[in-house]
This record gives sequence, C-alpha cells and structure tokens, in this order.
Amino acid sequence: MSNYKLTHLKELESESIFIMREVAAQFEKPALLFSGGKDSIVMAYLAYKAFYPAAIPFPFVHIDTGHNFEETITYRDELVKLLGAELIVGSVEESIETGRAVEEKGFSASRNKLQTVTLLDTLEKYKFDAALGGARRDEEKARAKERFFSHRDEFGQWDPKNQRPELWNIFNGKKQLGEHFRVFPISNWTEMDIWQYILQENIPLPSLYYTHEREVFERDGIIYAALDAIPRRESEKVEVKRVRCRTIGDITCTGLTLSSADSLEDIIGEIASSRVTERGGRSDDKRSEAAMEDRKKAGYF
Amino acid sequence: MKDTTGYLDMELLRFSTAGSVDDGKSTLIGRLLYDSKSIFEDQLQAVKEASKRLGGGEEVNLALLTDGLRAEREQGITIDVAYRYFATPKRKFIIADTPGHIEYTRNMVTGASTADVAIILIDARNGIIEQSKRHSYIASLLQIPNVIVAVNKMDLVDFSETVYNDIKKEYEEIAAVLKLKNVIFIPISARDGDNVVDASKKTPWYQGETLLHLLETLPVRKDETKLPSRFPVQYIIRPHSDEFHDYRGYAGRISGGSFKVGDEVVILPSKTESKITAIDEGNKSLDEAFTPQSVTIRLADNVDISRGDIIVRKSETRPTVSANVSLLVCWLNHRPLNEGGKYIIRHATEETRAIIKDVHFKVNINTLENILDDKTVKMNDIAHISIKTLKPLKYDSYGENRITGSLVLIDENTFETVGAGMIVHNLEDETYTI
Repeated sequence: MSNYKLTHLKELESESIFIMREVAAQFEKPALLFSGGKDSIVMAYLAYKAFYPAAIPFPFVHIDTGHNFEETITYRDELVKLLGAELIVGSVEESIETGRAVEEKGFSASRNKLQTVTLLDTLEKYKFDAALGGARRDEEKARAKERFFSHRDEFGQWDPKNQRPELWNIFNGKKQLGEHFRVFPISNWTEMDIWQYILQENIPLPSLYYTHEREVFERDGIIYAALDAIPRRESEKVEVKRVRCRTIGDITCTGLTLSSADSLEDIIGEIASSRVTERGGRSDDKRSEAAMEDRKKAGYF
Repeated sequence: MKDTTGYLDMELLRFSTAGSVDDGKSTLIGRLLYDSKSIFEDQLQAVKEASKRLGGGEEVNLALLTDGLRAEREQGITIDVAYRYFATPKRKFIIADTPGHIEYTRNMVTGASTADVAIILIDARNGIIEQSKRHSYIASLLQIPNVIVAVNKMDLVDFSETVYNDIKKEYEEIAAVLKLKNVIFIPISARDGDNVVDASKKTPWYQGETLLHLLETLPVRKDETKLPSRFPVQYIIRPHSDEFHDYRGYAGRISGGSFKVGDEVVILPSKTESKITAIDEGNKSLDEAFTPQSVTIRLADNVDISRGDIIVRKSETRPTVSANVSLLVCWLNHRPLNEGGKYIIRHATEETRAIIKDVHFKVNINTLENILDDKTVKMNDIAHISIKTLKPLKYDSYGENRITGSLVLIDENTFETVGAGMIVHNLEDETYTI
C-alpha cells in the first residue's frame, strides 16, 4: 500500500505548476517576467517542468534597468538557452532616452521605480495579456493580500479593495479588452521554501548568491556594491568584504549581506537563523511604510 | 554543513482564522508568528514605530503585523483575506486571515475554501455572538474538517473556568446543530500568549493542548487520496518536436484518489475508454500519482480529449454527468443574483454558461432558518439554487469532493466572480442542516 504523503515542497510545486498551466490555457499571450533573481529562476524551472517535453509556451521578459550585476545577464542568457525559452528585453535606459521615464537624481537615485514605465510599455508593445511574476506573499505586507490571478485595469493598476474573490483552485482570468492579469504562481512559497527547493532540485544559481569578495560601502546600515551605478558621498568609504546577495535586483537597491556561506546548505542555515527579512536589505521598500502598496497600485511587479 | 534534510520533509497545513471585529484575530496571528520566531527584526521595528505613531504608546500592537493596507492600518480593521506563513520544525503553515465584519462574509468563504482547519475566535467577555454563529455556519458550509474554538481574552475574565465552560457548553449545542466535524476548545490570551505556544500557568484547570501543538499534530487532509479518482484535464501537451513526435499528454492536477500506470480509465463526458500508459512529472515518469499532484497522463489510444474533460478509473464510482445542477451559493457581489439570468460557470477545468432556473430559499445564517418569502440574493447571502448549464458538468457533491463539487459564477458583462457554489445532490442527504 502506498503512503500518500506529499511534502510541503511537492505540494507547493504542484500548486505552482497548476497555475502556470491555467495561464497557458486561459490567456492568449502570456509572458514570464524574469529578473534574474532566485524567485524568477525557480519560476523558470517550474515552467519547464509544467510543459515538458513541450517548449515553454510563453517568452521570458526581462525589464533591464541597465544597472545590473554582470553575472545576472550572463546567467540569464545561459538559462534561456538551457531551457529553450524565448527572451524579450525591455530597456529602462531606452525609456529614459525616449523621455517615457525621468531618471531620479541625487545619491539615493534608483531606477527601480522607473521599471514600472518600461514594464507597462513592454506589455503593451507585445500585447501580453498575462504577466507571470515571481512575487511571494511572505515578502511584504501589501503582497500578502494579493490574489494568484491579479486583475489590472487598462492603466495597469491594481485595486486592492476590489479584488476578485479566489476560491478553491478555480482561477478567473476573464478580462475586458486592454486589461491584463499579473499571475503569481509562487504566492504561497516563503524565502525558505525557495531555498529548500533550489537545494532539492539541484538548481544552479548565479555566483552572486554565494559568498565572494567585493568592494562595498555602507549607507544607512545597508551594504551596497561599490559600482558606478551608485554615486557615493565622500564620507562613504569603500572596503573589501566577504558578502553575498540575499535577493538580486537592480544594483542601486540591492543590499548585500555579510556572509561566508558558500553552499546551499550554508545559505539555508543562515536564513534559518537570520533575524532580518530579505527585503530588509531593499532600500526601495524603506521609502515609506506603504511603499510597496503604492508602487503596486501604479503597476509595479 | 548543516542538517537540512528535516526541512525538506515537512507537511503543509492550511488554516483560516475568523473572528468578529476586535476579537484579537490579528493579534493571535501576530502572536503565532512572533512566538514561533517567524517575525524578523525589521518587521518588528516597523510595527513598533507604527504602534507608537497610531497612539499605542510603547506597547507593540501585533495586529499591525498582518494589516497590510494603508486603510486597514488607519482604521484598525482588516479589509481583505491576508495570507501569512510560518513554519515549525514539524510543519509549514499557511494562514488565511479573514476579516470578521458582516460585509466581508465573502472573504471568509474565500479564505476557508482551501482550509484544513478553521480557528474561530470568541471574546471571553462577550461570549457567543451572532458573528460567531455566522463563522461557524461557514465552516460547516465549506465542510472544514477541523474547527478550533479559541476562547480569547481570558486575561480579561481572570482566566475564569466558569466563563470558559459556559461558552464551551453553548457552542457545543451550535456545533451539534451544524454537524461540525471535529471541534476542539482552547482558552487563550493572544495578547499575552497564554496557551498559544506554551501552556499557561494561569489555566491549571485546562488539561488540553496548546494551540500551536494542536496545529502541529492535527491530521492534514488525507481523505482525498481515498476518494474515487478524478483527473480534470487542464491542458494538452503536444511538443511538435522531432524527438517527441508522437507525444500526446494530458496535463492536470489530480483532484481525487490516485492513478497508476496500467489503470483502465473512462473519459467523461464522452465515456471513451482507454488505459494509462505513462504518468509524467516533468522529465520523470511515475508508477503512481495521487491528489493533489500535478502530472501529465498518457493513454494507450489516440482519443479525442479536450480541456474540461475528466478522466476517472473505470472501476470506481463515476461523477454525475448532467446539465441540471443544484447548489448552495454564497453571493459575492454588490449586484444581486439575477433569477432567470445567465452566468459564466467555471467548474474544475471546465467553462460553460448557465441559466439560473430557480432560487429555492435563502438561509438566515444568524438564526440558521430558511427564508422563503424573500428570494433576492444579495452580497453575503447564502441560497439554495438550481441552474441549467449549456454543456453538461461532470460533478460530485461538495460533501464528496471539494474540487469536483465546487464551482464559481462569473458575471457575463463585468467578468467578476460573483458567486461561490457548492453542489448538493439532495439537501436531506448532505451534512447541511438547512
């Protein structure tokens, strides 16, 4: 007699694959938003699994701020080749050049917010009607209230008070012309689940996630990479430290963690004993208490 | 190297919390997260600052950990279903935190639809109020396997055993009427943590378990794998590549029982028969798969199968195939149900249209009486209705199978999800009391 017991990782995987297949079945032109971070890497592997041996039936879309770690781009290109996926790049640089977006000024300037413009323009340009994102509900309090199938109006905006009820595993992707959906298949995963899954499935990661020596500087208690994309004040001195990324985004808003973790087991151990959330190192969330909610309403990821 | 194997072998338990305004629901969740060390320093710091700003002084308001939207923080209420996560070495938990106020019954139904356990909070000072009954009715309607009645704010009634026992006795009568399955009572103080994670010294008369220990040990829904097998076809996988030229797989999530390679199966509604030749999961092939695994099934014959069809084992009880469906519906939209009107129906992976044939009665979920003279089904109402669908559905009753027994109604013009339906064969046969 079989023991019908599913581990939490298998159950989460099954749920995510179900949702990806729903997207492929319900929408005409979906896309998978790929940032190069660990969550979107897991998304890419889940998509591969969901449709194997057929090709992934939607392209990956990368919104490139132009301020990326080099490793992210190399990894992205290799992964796309490995999984046989199609890649579309939306450039924030281009949005700035064409005047669609205006670059922030000053020391804490970030292109993070500008991504929204490029993202919405890219979705519009290719007429994507569903964008799969790797957001998780445990990341941030506004995200805790988001549906798997999150409806966006014709301006790409989220109305948190008027979300469609989502019951059992029935997902309603019906929409009017010009509207689209953001779909979050890994909503129910936590940071720990992601790492455990990467370990279980033996998924290769960009080297940035493991400890490495890097020139860094400190600002408001957060350690940043000392790269040209972030202008430094004279008082902010550059030091070489052993660090790793806990999340990877745009260079200007990705804080680094002091760490000597050089294996997945070490990283999991480190997270298990960590007392700060992964977004604690994201300066974009520290702008105000409702920073994420405001960005999401405007059409952010 | 650290030992991580334990982490990879946990089970998942989903529970919902329901309570009235100020029952301390958010505080309880905050407490579970805080005491299980799932709260991080930066979150705690943000909550401390917010508590101070909102006039709470130095006392940390744990409710602010869960109330995510600006309006919620300002008004001190929970607007929408919020999902929270925490893990102990034994289990990973998903909490659907649903608001208690009357106008948000729809959120409670939403949050409870996937729950293994419902925690119903009762304020020890107020005892059982109409909303407690409403919450219990929804737990019964959605057939949640376990109900934990947490009698909260015991600190405000001096941890009185009499107060607790009176509430327990009164609730047991309601539970009997509602035929709630497994009801467990716990006296707690969410604010101070009594009996939440650690046993309280202030309730020596209580011999039961703490809330967290219960959550760690209650059986996770396993009955699903013993149900008659159900495989709603979700997506057809045809690679069109040289390597997999003849590959044709039916992708879906098993929604009842299990399937084995070699099983004789029937495809509904066509009643075509075939045999399972392979069960694929990514690039691995399995001998057997069970609920709720997402897999791809391959069959011996090249049969005509499309999304919405259901594959079942030939030897087992089949679902009803019919265009006439009787259901209990919870209405979710501001615009009332239109008797005689048409709606889009989503049932398992099937989509079709339906006409509302009849509204039989509404349920007063405070008194649990049937309302026969007013058949206007408004938001948050529960009603027994009959529909006729364009394509026949392949369904079980909700009591038999939560997935093949549930459906949603979608407005044809706005495309909003307006109704949540639980299919009934015959009301008298079901566990419902109405």
